[in-house]
Amino acid sequence: MIYEVIIQGKTRHVELLRAGSGWELKLDGKAFPADIGFPQPGVLSILVDGKSYEVKQQITSVETSIVIGQERFSAVVRDPRSLASRRRAADDGHGVRKITAPMPGKVVRIAAPAGTEVESGQAVLVIEAMKMQNELKSPKKGTVKKIIVSEGEAVEAGQVLAEVE
Amino acid sequence: MFKKVLIANRGEIAVRVIRGCHELGIATVAVFSDADRAALHVSQADEAYHLGPASATESYLNIPKVLDVARRSGAQAIHPGYGFLSENARFARACSEAGVKFIGPSAEAMELMGSKTRARQAMQTAGVPVVPGSAKGLSLDEARELATRIGFPVMIKAAAGGGGKGMRLVRTAGEIKSAYETAQSEALRAFNDGELYLEKLIENPRHIEIQILADEHGNVVHLGERECSLQRRHQKVVEEAPSAVVDQDLRGRMGMVAVQAARSAGYSSAGTVEFLVDSAHNFFFLEMNTRLQVEHPVTELVTGVDLVHLQLRIAAGEKLPFRQEDVALRGHAIECRIYAEDPENNFYPSPGRITRLMQPSGPGVREDSGVYEGWKVPLDYDPMLSKLIVHAPDRASALARMRRALDEYFVGGIKTNLPLFRRVLGHPDFVAARIDTGFLDRLLAAPVPVAESSNSLADVAAISAALFAATAAPSAANGRRSDDSQKVSAWKRAARSEGIERL
Repeated sequence: MIYEVIIQGKTRHVELLRAGSGWELKLDGKAFPADIGFPQPGVLSILVDGKSYEVKQQITSVETSIVIGQERFSAVVRDPRSLASRRRAADDGHGVRKITAPMPGKVVRIAAPAGTEVESGQAVLVIEAMKMQNELKSPKKGTVKKIIVSEGEAVEAGQVLAEVE
Repeated sequence: MFKKVLIANRGEIAVRVIRGCHELGIATVAVFSDADRAALHVSQADEAYHLGPASATESYLNIPKVLDVARRSGAQAIHPGYGFLSENARFARACSEAGVKFIGPSAEAMELMGSKTRARQAMQTAGVPVVPGSAKGLSLDEARELATRIGFPVMIKAAAGGGGKGMRLVRTAGEIKSAYETAQSEALRAFNDGELYLEKLIENPRHIEIQILADEHGNVVHLGERECSLQRRHQKVVEEAPSAVVDQDLRGRMGMVAVQAARSAGYSSAGTVEFLVDSAHNFFFLEMNTRLQVEHPVTELVTGVDLVHLQLRIAAGEKLPFRQEDVALRGHAIECRIYAEDPENNFYPSPGRITRLMQPSGPGVREDSGVYEGWKVPLDYDPMLSKLIVHAPDRASALARMRRALDEYFVGGIKTNLPLFRRVLGHPDFVAARIDTGFLDRLLAAPVPVAESSNSLADVAAISAALFAATAAPSAANGRRSDDSQKVSAWKRAARSEGIERL
């Protein structure tokens, strides 16, 4: 199976073949001899020419990354045969920028109601989670086009809260 | 000594107090909200009782409910931990009326020292140096007038405050209204008390505090200082003991002032007197915390004293088992507070399920944790998960030990501030102990240095990413936990879209 891995802005081609109890690996067409162990789910032990790497997979609500020691690599993996993964999310375009909730929480205050002229970095909404109030700021200078939530409303991570034009 | 103690708290501090009780042969009673049925403190205690809904006012802050559990379980004393009811004099009074010993100072001492404004007045009277500002609560107009008189920048603070809540920095007159209102609404939410006061901002001070212990027989000692200058949004992040700038002479002087403050308030139990120390090593009284502090372990490690044991002994009427001249500091201790928040994204809280937890251990490593692998961190409470503390003969070896421990630490499934500590501990100014309360904010404002990863590491990462994708169980892409299937959370939806993206 060949995977396309985008890591550090570069696209790498990784070929994986089961070979007995182990794996035969190719990286960008070149053989990559390594001994692979799976000590526990989400953790890999990789031996490359005697060097030992403990690799952890970090999956959170926002992204997936690969952690080796103190280094973290954000990684996007695609199976090139899958057309669906080629689809890219539609661009916002037309100068409208959305403000989304970075975490689940509760809207405690609307600092800039629809129609307010805002500077880039000016607070538009305040949401509270884990006992801290966090200001969500306008990503651009413009006018608040709409506020999609109301004060007191519970919101989920990624939910669109407001639009600035 | 008590036979049974109720712990009116949650998280790591509830677990810490439970451990201390068990070591003294005391049975423990935990309390929990709807959000915490599966929490660690519930399973660690000998008994556990449900309080109410997740909202703190209906559970951990609800005095009648907590006292009812004390009555039902037959607990003789209540340890309040920190936060929640720990500095609530009304609760201390309600405990004594219910015939249950409150493990902490008297309600009167708490009222005096717990109100930042009254404490300031008392300290001024006692001749203890305080930061210029108001000694009483202020309206917005009064605050604006005073700030203009003493000069910006100023700090607006909640009189009942703590933990950085209800506190705002005001640099110009134009900011004061918004800051006042935000601080007040946060103070009302957190402490049910919107009284605000104001202090002049001392630029780039160190935050250094003195731990004191007082029994109910008039004996008061101090256990040296903690350096707590590493703060973000006025929340301490890294603490150490001793402070690199406090020598024997300064320690003696600050300690004496702290002991005097405790004496003048008729204080008993463990307490902390916080000071701001300017660049010329002048110190100003900031406030007294009438509770066990989050960062108490660094003091425990350098003094060899167990503060929870002593709180229990003092509350049971025992005398302090040592005198001031018996207190000696040994080695150096550092604590990192592990929070469920994303340092790469504005420190937004990151609640959710801990899918993998690899904790450090070995020589000189202590971890006071309130979490476990598989637990879902609720979004209803403070995001602190755990405290990682190391002890070594000197500061340099303590730093090396902390770096080693951080290398061993991994939390999967949620974001934590672990990467931040790696940056802090590697910073030359931190290594040289050139720190002040603005250090972390300046560090965070600076661009993140892009460490050039070696090619071989990137190769291994690429191979690993493909291997994880190839070996992921099909169910992993379609919601990871069957017990979540009732309510589809944002977490799961995100995990799904991630899964789809990967295939």
